[in-house]
Amino acid sequence: MGDLRLMKGNEVIAEAAIRCGCDGYFGYPITPQSEVMETLMAREPWDETGMVVLQAESEVASINMVYGAAGSGKKVMTSSSSPGISLMAEGISYIAGAELPCLIVNVQRGGPGLGTIQPSQADYFQSTKGGGHGDYRLIVLAPSSVQEMNDFVDLGFELAYKYRNPAMILTDGAIGQMMEKVVLSEYKPRMTSEEINDKYGSWATNGKKPNRDYNIITSLEMDSAKMESNNLRFQEKYKQMEEEEVRYETFQCDDAEYILVAFGSSARICQKSVDLARAKGLKVGLLRPITLYPFPKKPIAELAKKVKGFLTVEMNAGQMVEDVQLAAGCGNSSVPVKYFGRMGGIIPTPGEVVEALEQKLIEA
Amino acid sequence: MTEEIIIAGFGGQGVLSMGKILAYSGVMQDQEVTWFPSYGPEMRGGTANVSVIISDTRISSPILHEFDTAIILNQQSMDKFEKTVKPGGVLLYDPNGIVNPPTRTDINIYKIEGTKIAADLGNVKTFNMVVLGAYLKAKPIVKMESIRKGLEKSLPERHHKLIPLNLEAIEAGQEKLEAVNEVSV
Repeated sequence: MGDLRLMKGNEVIAEAAIRCGCDGYFGYPITPQSEVMETLMAREPWDETGMVVLQAESEVASINMVYGAAGSGKKVMTSSSSPGISLMAEGISYIAGAELPCLIVNVQRGGPGLGTIQPSQADYFQSTKGGGHGDYRLIVLAPSSVQEMNDFVDLGFELAYKYRNPAMILTDGAIGQMMEKVVLSEYKPRMTSEEINDKYGSWATNGKKPNRDYNIITSLEMDSAKMESNNLRFQEKYKQMEEEEVRYETFQCDDAEYILVAFGSSARICQKSVDLARAKGLKVGLLRPITLYPFPKKPIAELAKKVKGFLTVEMNAGQMVEDVQLAAGCGNSSVPVKYFGRMGGIIPTPGEVVEALEQKLIEA
Repeated sequence: MTEEIIIAGFGGQGVLSMGKILAYSGVMQDQEVTWFPSYGPEMRGGTANVSVIISDTRISSPILHEFDTAIILNQQSMDKFEKTVKPGGVLLYDPNGIVNPPTRTDINIYKIEGTKIAADLGNVKTFNMVVLGAYLKAKPIVKMESIRKGLEKSLPERHHKLIPLNLEAIEAGQEKLEAVNEVSV
């Protein structure tokens, strides 16, 4: 077994980055995720693995440092919280347009604007539908435990390189600040340029070899026909993600009449709600999307054929509910899909969820 | 066994560290734990609280609205958390600075003169360990051996020389717990 620790989610992101052979972290402090860079700076990985850790002058600089380093094939990442991610949105779009791998961690806080430093899930739309401009997608992973904060760093990089596309860990202040037991991953060595070229193809600008053309990293294409073919290639890639990368988890869905759908910290709360509801004799289950993009449409469409209703539980005004409605309606089902949530940094309690379920679905 | 605890008081009283030592002690005896702090604007003099869950089984929600035990160290926290103790649960408080003592009759209420006892021990910083000791007397959910290991894990090595003093404070707290109201369960 690996190394068992009691750590905060944010600290685990830093530790997992060092251990998975990350080449560089570029960031700018913001609550509630500042422990990511604090931990990295305290660990001084440049002495241990050679990993670069740099506090940039802003979020805009951080994401463009990520863009540059990713262009050379390096395994690089940044982290921020909601307002900081908005500042990075342009850079993220460029990275997606230039087809480069990188990992972005968003430890969400409440918005809009500077909002609050308390936890929120209000960046669901931003993460899964765009954020920056243009037709692009991020691979979005939503951890619901400190252990998954560890596991998804490696997974995020793996998927980012597989698809040459930015991956995002979408978490929130609750999981970032919370301590739980975690088994840390084994150390993996950082990859050399040759290993990156061998494993992922020679697209990186890490030294031109005589046997190939120049590699050019850009999102710009002035020829519309060529740009459209780029767009079509991106869409093919997103389609492949939708076919191969959907991840989700179910709890007590087999005999369930009502399904809660929740991700991240809301899903933890809903696990308790399922227990409370079952204790009252209500047949309730939980579906937890792990990838928010690609979204688990098929399992929801399957459940829609047999259940009496869905309730999404989100720390926002109702964002994922739209995807659940679309997915549930795929089989022309008329099963009701309702939403319950809290905003402004308030976390719903397990009991509130059960009350909402009763009011909005069971007694409705 | 699942024990859901809220520890609440002023920043600087050692609320978060007390929770951390408790959580580490749970880890030391192979239990599942979560430690969820209030974070952000809290600082020395402001309010601070942490919820700790220790369980033999997988923990679902780390965020709770009612608790088996509330450890309350100032009036603001009393006003906020007295009502969140489950019927039959435990409320432990330090009367120092408490103007309105708890009034519920359906819970077990204990008090500990933590501030005074820590001062008598010659180190007011041991306050939180005195309170931890009192809690463990009321609810012996973790073994003393695990607490000792938990202290070793959560304190940086340069502070390990303080472990005997901390253990002494815990024992003092265990000895001096006072029952205010006890309900039969």
